[in-house]
Amino acid sequence: MATTRMILGAIKKRSFWHSLSSSRHGSTLVVAEHESGAVKPHSLSAVTAAASLGGGNDKSSVSVLLAGSGPSLHQAASHAASSHPSVSQVLVADSERFKSPLAEPWAKLVHLVQQQGSYIHIIAASNSFGKNIMPRAAALLDVSPITDVTGISDSHTFVRPIYAGNALCTVRYMGSNPCILTIRSTSFAVPQKSNNSKAEASISQVDLSNFDEDLNKSRYISQTSQDDERPDLGNARVVITGGRALKNSENFKLIENLAKKLGGAVGATRAAVDAGFVPNDLQVGQTGKIVAPELYMAFGVSGAIQHLAGMRDSKVIVAVNNDADAPIFQVADYGLVGDLFEVIPELLEKLPEKK
Amino acid sequence: MKIMVAIKRVIDYAVKIRVKPDKTGVVTQNVKMSMNPFCEIALEEALRIRESGLASEVVAVTMGPSQCLDTLRTGLAMGADRGIHVESTSALHPLHVAKILRNLVENEKPSLIILGKQAIDDDCNQTGQMVAGLLNWPQGTFASKVVLDKEKEEVTVDREVDDGIETVQLNLPAVITTDLRLNQPRYATLPNIMKAKSKPIKKFTPQELNVEIKPDLEIVEVTEPPKRKAGVMVSSVDELIHKLKNEAKVI
Repeated sequence: MATTRMILGAIKKRSFWHSLSSSRHGSTLVVAEHESGAVKPHSLSAVTAAASLGGGNDKSSVSVLLAGSGPSLHQAASHAASSHPSVSQVLVADSERFKSPLAEPWAKLVHLVQQQGSYIHIIAASNSFGKNIMPRAAALLDVSPITDVTGISDSHTFVRPIYAGNALCTVRYMGSNPCILTIRSTSFAVPQKSNNSKAEASISQVDLSNFDEDLNKSRYISQTSQDDERPDLGNARVVITGGRALKNSENFKLIENLAKKLGGAVGATRAAVDAGFVPNDLQVGQTGKIVAPELYMAFGVSGAIQHLAGMRDSKVIVAVNNDADAPIFQVADYGLVGDLFEVIPELLEKLPEKK
Repeated sequence: MKIMVAIKRVIDYAVKIRVKPDKTGVVTQNVKMSMNPFCEIALEEALRIRESGLASEVVAVTMGPSQCLDTLRTGLAMGADRGIHVESTSALHPLHVAKILRNLVENEKPSLIILGKQAIDDDCNQTGQMVAGLLNWPQGTFASKVVLDKEKEEVTVDREVDDGIETVQLNLPAVITTDLRLNQPRYATLPNIMKAKSKPIKKFTPQELNVEIKPDLEIVEVTEPPKRKAGVMVSSVDELIHKLKNEAKVI
């Protein structure tokens, strides 16, 4: 006859084995986003970062968490399962609750999955989604998160920019598990599709039976839709940016035409967004988007510290400005003092067509 | 309804930062300090809500060494009704700040906490989210527009996100963090600076608020970012295209 002590003992043993098997499965959890049936590129950068935590050997095993509902979620799960050799498990939280990127249910989900999986690291990309939910999740887990990481020195030592990227801070995490990170996707390459016939990672459902019903304290109302025709500013190989010198939104068409000619994305300075020339999602800078394209061309941009913070890691920087003393010329690889209203049309005329 | 605003004293946004030669941090000696620009915006929003008649009191909170009182006085001069200074000489990470704010909330009971989205020194962008998590309050981060409905006890927040503007609706009490375009903060006028001198400031230590400052992060070193190779000036569009094609090979 089973006594209470025997039953409790059995339950304790089960959770012991459960946590052992979970940590064998994945010591790092990547909180990923998906869209149209695929894992988003910056979440794949997070997988790259997660894989590097094991020191580059195959021992690092990564679990990828996806949430939402519908067939596109399951398609994305398949994509995640074959996205990187280090991915050993994909966790799917299938519920309408996670359809919109509200911080409250998502942070609770991360908390729940951590309780189930006891990960050593939890990583997400440092985009507006990751920035919104990961610190909240860290607070629920009573740990200090390390955000916007650009370099991994070892499993608990990270580099991140401070003072708008004018200094780099190397910080060591000394707390208990989990170590929570958000990473700058421009610093971690999206894994290349490999032809290795590696077995696909397992895909399993997150047990949501203990997920606290939220009292509906927050509601997702709407989202302005992004222009899908433009290349994504965060990933584009070429970025053409305009500043306030463009004078109005009509003139910004010059920037758009040049971007189109070079197959690039359009960026803007804070001044141009504040003035209403372009919407906020084009802003490049300390508090806007961080970009690191092959080619960054800045027209009528003075080069304020806060703008440089968003583009200083670009491979080649070109600046065109009427003012020879504009600070942007100090970071530009090629600088041209001139009137952008003359230079851009001339470029449009003389540039070779995009291959 | 009471609004609590957290404000931080940071190196002024226009200062050119220098990394200390011993790599322990950046030079702060004789460097101009100011209220974090995002915190100014947070305080401005709170003041506007009070001025519209939807709130009765704005309490400004700052944490750190005694020099922080300068920033607090600026906040009072802008129009905050009362100030709270949590004095600490040890470094405070967002988790500590969040815990202190949570414990202050137990006494003050505000319906809204407004913070700047990030401090321009550490660029963390964590504190608001952490306070909201600790309190289990909903959060509206990176706010570009805030509309309060006092009767329904909810607030609608437009947020600046990667794809544009996202609108969320939150039940009060809630936490909001401010983005750049939410408002243009006012300057403190001289009469208000004088008035501020008699506004009350309450002092606490973290210990008095039952928060133990036990850091789980250690700064190993602070260094300069890699320097870019010096660039060249070109004199024509033709020369630019030539260099981009043949030298840089990006087109």
